[in-house]
Amino acid sequence: MADGTFAVIGGGLVGMAVAWGLASRGRKVTVFDEGDRAFRASRGNFGLVWVQGKGIAMPDYARWSRLSAQHWPGLRDELRDAAGIDIELAQPGGLQMFLDEDEAEQTVAQMQALRTALGGDYPFEYLGHNAVKKLVPEIGPQVVGGIHSPMDGHLNPLYLLRALHKGVRAAGGTVLHGPRVERISSRPGSFEVHRADGTWSADNVVLCAGLGNARLAPMVGLDAPVVPNRGQVIITERVRPFLNMPTVHVRQVGEGAVQIGDSKEDVGLDDSTRGDVLAAIARRATRYFPLLEGVRVVRTWGALRVMSPDGHPIYDRSTACPGASLVTCHSGVTLAAAHARVVAGWICGEQAPGYMEVFGAQRFALQAAG
Amino acid sequence: MMSEHFDVAIIGAGPAGLAAADILGKAGRSVALIDEQPGPGGQIYRAIATAGEQRKAVLGADYAAGSALLGALGHAGVRHIAGASVWEVTPEHRLSYSLAGRAASLSAEHVLVATGATERPMPFPGWTLPGVMTAGAGQILLKTPGLLPPSPCVLAGSGPLLFLLATQYLAAGLKVDAIVETTPSGNLAKALPHLPRALLSNRYLRKGLAMLANLRKAGVAHHRNATGLVAEGSERIEALRFRSRGKDHRLPCATLMIHTGIVPNVQISRALNLDHAWNDLQQCWHPVIDAFGATSAQGIRIAGDGGGIAGAEAAANAGRLAALAILADLGEISASERDARASADLAALNWHARARPFLDALYTVAPEFLDPADETIVCRCEEVTAGKIREFVDLGCLGPNQAKSFGRSGMGPCQGRYCGLTVSSIIAHKRGAAMDEVGYYRIRPPLKPITLGELASMELDDDDQRPAA
Amino acid sequence: MRNVSHFRRLDDAAGGKVTLTFDGEAIEARAGDTVAAAMLSAGFVAGRETPVSGSPRGPYCLMGACFECLVEIDGEPNRQACMTEVRDGMSVRRMHGARAFG
Ligand SMILES: Cc1cc2nc3c(=O)[nH]c(=O)nc-3n(C[C@H](O)[C@H](O)[C@H](O)COP(=O)(O)OP(=O)(O)OC[C@H]3O[C@@H](n4cnc5c(N)ncnc54)[C@H](O)[C@@H]3O)c2cc1C
Ligand code: FES
Repeated sequence: MADGTFAVIGGGLVGMAVAWGLASRGRKVTVFDEGDRAFRASRGNFGLVWVQGKGIAMPDYARWSRLSAQHWPGLRDELRDAAGIDIELAQPGGLQMFLDEDEAEQTVAQMQALRTALGGDYPFEYLGHNAVKKLVPEIGPQVVGGIHSPMDGHLNPLYLLRALHKGVRAAGGTVLHGPRVERISSRPGSFEVHRADGTWSADNVVLCAGLGNARLAPMVGLDAPVVPNRGQVIITERVRPFLNMPTVHVRQVGEGAVQIGDSKEDVGLDDSTRGDVLAAIARRATRYFPLLEGVRVVRTWGALRVMSPDGHPIYDRSTACPGASLVTCHSGVTLAAAHARVVAGWICGEQAPGYMEVFGAQRFALQAAG
Repeated sequence: MMSEHFDVAIIGAGPAGLAAADILGKAGRSVALIDEQPGPGGQIYRAIATAGEQRKAVLGADYAAGSALLGALGHAGVRHIAGASVWEVTPEHRLSYSLAGRAASLSAEHVLVATGATERPMPFPGWTLPGVMTAGAGQILLKTPGLLPPSPCVLAGSGPLLFLLATQYLAAGLKVDAIVETTPSGNLAKALPHLPRALLSNRYLRKGLAMLANLRKAGVAHHRNATGLVAEGSERIEALRFRSRGKDHRLPCATLMIHTGIVPNVQISRALNLDHAWNDLQQCWHPVIDAFGATSAQGIRIAGDGGGIAGAEAAANAGRLAALAILADLGEISASERDARASADLAALNWHARARPFLDALYTVAPEFLDPADETIVCRCEEVTAGKIREFVDLGCLGPNQAKSFGRSGMGPCQGRYCGLTVSSIIAHKRGAAMDEVGYYRIRPPLKPITLGELASMELDDDDQRPAA
Repeated sequence: MRNVSHFRRLDDAAGGKVTLTFDGEAIEARAGDTVAAAMLSAGFVAGRETPVSGSPRGPYCLMGACFECLVEIDGEPNRQACMTEVRDGMSVRRMHGARAFG
């Protein structure tokens, strides 16, 4: 199954990770991506490789995120060797801070329930203000406590995207930027990808088009009910190192800038920024880290998350059009290692974790019926 | 923090902004005239309100003429908000600005963007060395603190401003050691067909010729058709190397003033996502506007060099025209009164436009600044070289935004002001694509860096706007 | 780098004398000058080393657009020397790489 050539639709983090996985398995891959300006979560994200708190309502998603985090050092090394790019991966553990006792209590209870569901193997620890301060001395007095988990980390998502692009090319893959894919047609055993500038055929097609999947999936017998969710992010001038581990809303990137996130807004296909939302993000960050008050903001942006109805990934293989599959998710940074090292193999018919099938889109029909 | 409401917010107190404020103020309208500079005048008439007589004499009659525009500030409704940098303009006409380190905002029925021009980036190896400055910087130092650069002083590049600065330096008694002109050879031939039309407004040309004659008389060495510019030095500039007429030169210098034309400052118009068009002769984008400065966005107009390079006098004409259109929009005057009052400024604009094609064809940018050698730093803030940008094109980048995310060009505090045109142009050359197809950086607020504390202090529309996380 | 050659005054127009320090050394300026003008007239063309490569930089555009003139002013890092007026007793310092918190 799944021999021959692959057309991967979408050159974001998801498409490129899958393409890298396929190309490094010796498959012949062509990636189709849009031009300079498109909706791209991969250019606007926060760069966390994050496990804690993922899958509160779906323990298999927690397992899956953790599996990906464990695959990360391996993928980092592969990309360094293939592309010569250091993606600045660091997994020193991560911190979720709280400004409110009730919120902290609730979150800890949810994480404890998740730990039980996972049979106890789910490391994290709740720390009070003083213990957090020992770990991260620069926190402000309003931080009531935080959850620390050794599973978490971060990387430079822009270097990651570049490394994947370079790696895929180095492994013999092709990336075709240009007009968007308008249509995919299928005949038994092959697919045709149609763009304004031509038509390409392939034996297999993998949909990794982010928000574009919703439109493309039905063309190959798949369902991708994804919608946009806007996140606004702030980045500051470079400062001397002050923060030795990522936190959910504030992290210091390799070159010294402080990245501050991020809102969650249902605003449709609008990736602009809004002063009032940015102000609120800034205010929260200065409560976490008062010393950031005088640091200058040099950039802000808005980007659209790719959200499924339950926020979890969708992995599916088409029964109507064998050879077509769908890979889409929100946490494309965290999951890139799993996508390259596990999902690409699953598409090629390799053994994958037994729980992979829970990520099929049929769950939404079941959820709706139930 | 309360945000005040005005009939009109004008950004930029140069000739366009001042001329518009005068008309609106006379009509009794409330106007916020915002500018980052401490005094009115814009770049061209910088410090006009405080310059002494000797300064005016050195800078020339065209500079002194700027005083006439200051009347605008006398109207009761006109509030000059000086020293304020605007960092966001929303499509709903709300302006956020930073004044003495504090965040403030205002809103207005109409917005007039009169933010003028910036100098075109002129990248060559060594242009980042201390002691290398723009000719515009040279003029600013002359206008405000009255400073003359140390010798040896060399001026390099192309365009009227370079010669104007040389003339002003001579008038101030500074010895200009050399002018290294990079205007491509053959430009004169290309420009000549436009000459007859240009002669119809020959004041510009006479001025230009007089400047050249002055420089010759003063014995300033003038190297033409210079190529291959390299600034040398470790801690600061020490010398300029270049080739001219088949010979290699190396001129020691303590200061190097560089210039290769000015281009519209499009930060605000880009951030607002207004329509822009590429001008092939001037090698720059400008927002698409009509004769009254109307843009593709409701209630947002542009006047002056920010809408297309035409010079200071034309900027004042454009400012008046935009103001008349705003008065008509506000119902203060009828459309026919607007048109009647507009005719003199429209005619003047026409007159100014006559010399443009000739000047534009004469002073096109040298190819080495549009498509610089691999080792040249193009993004000064993030120190990204031209070669890196080409590498990103090989990796599939079709435009500057993908290049930005691959290699950080345009991510620094200048927000792409000094690399945007170059990065797009390198990509266009490498791809063999048109500039319009390559496009420009997506510009986002803040247009000028502000502190996180300032941003945090911004008022919310709704008390409970926590970022859902 | 301080240089023997420095920017010199065209005239004696306006502005009383103001004294500030640059990296601890007293320099003289005129009221109304920007910090960038004061530095240049005292012979200092560079105000910082970049956080990217450590290369020296100094005022370039003088109109607030290029952010090359950043210096530390009265303890606050990354201020634009060309947009800040001098004040008597002001302390200006060169910056070396990324800012501290100030
Ligand atoms: C603010 C924010 C913060 C985030 N933080 C994190 C984080 O910290 N950690 C984490 O793991 N994840 C994070 N994410 C999520 C992560 O960025 C995304 O999960 C990931 O980038 C999704 O990748 P993608 O390839 O599916 O989508 P995209 O990056 O959107 O890529 C889709 C690609 O498909 C192309 N395309 C679409 N339609 C077509 C078509 N018809 N033809 C051809 N090409 C097409 C598009 O041009 C685009 O290049 C964040 C997201 C946001 C918005
Ligand atoms: S010199 Fe350019 S911003 Fe100050």
